[in-house]
Amino acid sequence: MKTEDLKNSKEYKYGFTTDIENIRAPKGLNEETIKFISNIKKEPKWMLDWRLKAYNRLKVLKEPDWQKPKYPKINYQDLYYYSAPKSSSEKPKSLDDIDPKILETYKKLGIPLDEQKRLNGIAVDAVFDSVSVATTFKDELTKKGIIFCSISEAIQKHPDLVKKYLGSVIPLSDHYFATLNSAVFTDGSFVYIPPNTRCPMELSTYFRINASETGQFERTLIIADKGSYVSYLEGCTAPMRDENQLHAANVELIALDDAEIKYSTVQNWYPGDENGRGGIYNFVTKRGACRGKNSKISWTQVETGSAITWKYPSCILQGDNSVGEFYSIAITNNHQKADTGTKMIHLGKNTKSKIISKGISAGKADNMYRGLVQIKNKASNSRNYTQCDSLLMGNKCGAHTIPYIKNNNSTSTIEHEATTTKINEEQLYYCNQRGLDQEEAVSLIVNGFCKEVLQQLPMEFAVEAQKLVAISLEGSVG
Amino acid sequence: MLNIKNLEAKVDNKHILNGLNLDIKPGEVHAIMGPNGSGKSTLANVLSGKNGYETKGEIKYNGENLSELSTEERAQKGIFLAFQYPLEIPGVNTNVFLRTSLNSVRKARGEKELDTLNFLKIVKEKSSELGIDEKFLSRQLNVGFSGGEKKKNEILQMKILQPKLSILDETDSGLDIDALRIVADGVNSYKNKENAFLIITHYQRLLDYIKPDFIHVLSKGKIVKTGNADLGVELEKTGYANFI
Repeated sequence: MKTEDLKNSKEYKYGFTTDIENIRAPKGLNEETIKFISNIKKEPKWMLDWRLKAYNRLKVLKEPDWQKPKYPKINYQDLYYYSAPKSSSEKPKSLDDIDPKILETYKKLGIPLDEQKRLNGIAVDAVFDSVSVATTFKDELTKKGIIFCSISEAIQKHPDLVKKYLGSVIPLSDHYFATLNSAVFTDGSFVYIPPNTRCPMELSTYFRINASETGQFERTLIIADKGSYVSYLEGCTAPMRDENQLHAANVELIALDDAEIKYSTVQNWYPGDENGRGGIYNFVTKRGACRGKNSKISWTQVETGSAITWKYPSCILQGDNSVGEFYSIAITNNHQKADTGTKMIHLGKNTKSKIISKGISAGKADNMYRGLVQIKNKASNSRNYTQCDSLLMGNKCGAHTIPYIKNNNSTSTIEHEATTTKINEEQLYYCNQRGLDQEEAVSLIVNGFCKEVLQQLPMEFAVEAQKLVAISLEGSVG
Repeated sequence: MLNIKNLEAKVDNKHILNGLNLDIKPGEVHAIMGPNGSGKSTLANVLSGKNGYETKGEIKYNGENLSELSTEERAQKGIFLAFQYPLEIPGVNTNVFLRTSLNSVRKARGEKELDTLNFLKIVKEKSSELGIDEKFLSRQLNVGFSGGEKKKNEILQMKILQPKLSILDETDSGLDIDALRIVADGVNSYKNKENAFLIITHYQRLLDYIKPDFIHVLSKGKIVKTGNADLGVELEKTGYANFI
């Protein structure tokens, strides 16, 4: 991307690149690449075998094509699958060993990693392209028996946990992108909360794509053991480039008896320019298993970036009395497209799920809620409540809602409500008459529309998310 | 403060205002009365800068050409419109709206933005003057408010924003006697030598409580008669027929 373009485009403030020397695997998707990744991460043989199994499975799988946003065919042989800053080839022991350029990058992103300026009460794992570069507050967490580290480190240090749970929610052969991830995943976060432990701080991972022509395939695994609680947040940004970049992550959550996981996402990948050039393809598989009784998994997502967002964070409610929640804000502007929603699979008795989805469409964007609520025959007395609201700004955008509902148990109930509204000129006039300019007015109205979801976010991020909502829609009402 | 000369306004090629003249000085209260469709609300909207009107003529506000200012700039410079139908904004707390609004106005005036504590102090004081329950302020803006509550909320906003020119567009319509009195008291307590009011109404009723210095009769987009407070009483008896 030309510097000139960068200057002109004020909307995406995370669009800078960090000029840093990389170690890369040769281009192409093949056994050699997978062995390269496994080797550079010094993985045990079982991990490599697992990856190769996935790769063999991938050969017979087809890319799905039922989604609404279409994209040009991806040439998987023309991508880099591993790219890491050269300086990180030996995992840094302390922050002093981290390349200052990387520290500077995270500082610019508002994620200070140095000791003095750490975010208060939030432990951060920073993933830069294909590797985790730093994890803060590790010692403090270790004292409580909490494991928070990169998945690469977990594979080496906690192989039993990884072997037991990796792929247990998203099977190796689930679907094309999930299987691709299983074959070539590079890094991501690993969390284990021991029984009856409440994680004392927010855990968070900050994903940054920097290198060009590189796919990011991260893998996150979170296990909340019996009676434990954890709140986890991920944030994502990428430089502005005029190519499309693929981000195909897998996230697996496991909640055992009486455990609760709260997973929040603020996704702000580069969305492409106003003509739809460039941007991230955000094709992500996120799934949580409420495996134990009385367990709870709650997904909150604020999706403002990416050229295409295609994801359905889901809950498998296995344990009796378990609860699944999905709170979503998906904002699409200019040429962005989103096909997102959730799946709530009720297996256990007295299971409950709640879906609150807010889709906002502006410019020429297209926004789709697609969701499945399935109550299986043994899930007696289960309940679902779904509310999907769409807000349209202007005449050239679209909003669609496709709920799939399958109830196989006569004692269970499913409720679905949906609304579509247009941002109201009169409301804007009212705000203007009270001294608010157009952007303040839009921000106020849209934040009001999203309120139920925004208030689910951890306090520290709610304010940031509100600002992000406003920024994503700048210039959308003229 | 406000000088309107030969104002014309069109909407969808339909003439609504046809050469209207009006001068308002600080400290004055003007009432505009007139039959339905005479252009009363259009005048309010044109003054506050609503989109969709094609205008000719001149409007000077404190020497500035009003047509060159955006809606929010007019608001920031002290023009306030109490809406006939205040809008509902779901999910937005009344308090948050009031604070955002006040701070936008303060910012434009070069004053410091207020923090939550100082803001609450002002809001509490003004809302108790109007007999508004504090709980009301944490409700979503105008959502589920009764007609009277909405109108009281408009007057509350006026008292908080401290405008120079307040335009009340049929604030009295749909109010019971008690609410009407509260609204009128709100206006009277804010009235002083510095600020002015333009009150648009159908009925003499409101003018029993707020004494206007001038009453203008608007018909077919023009002021056809101007008088003092007695004109309102006369209109109440005879109707508009004599003037149009």
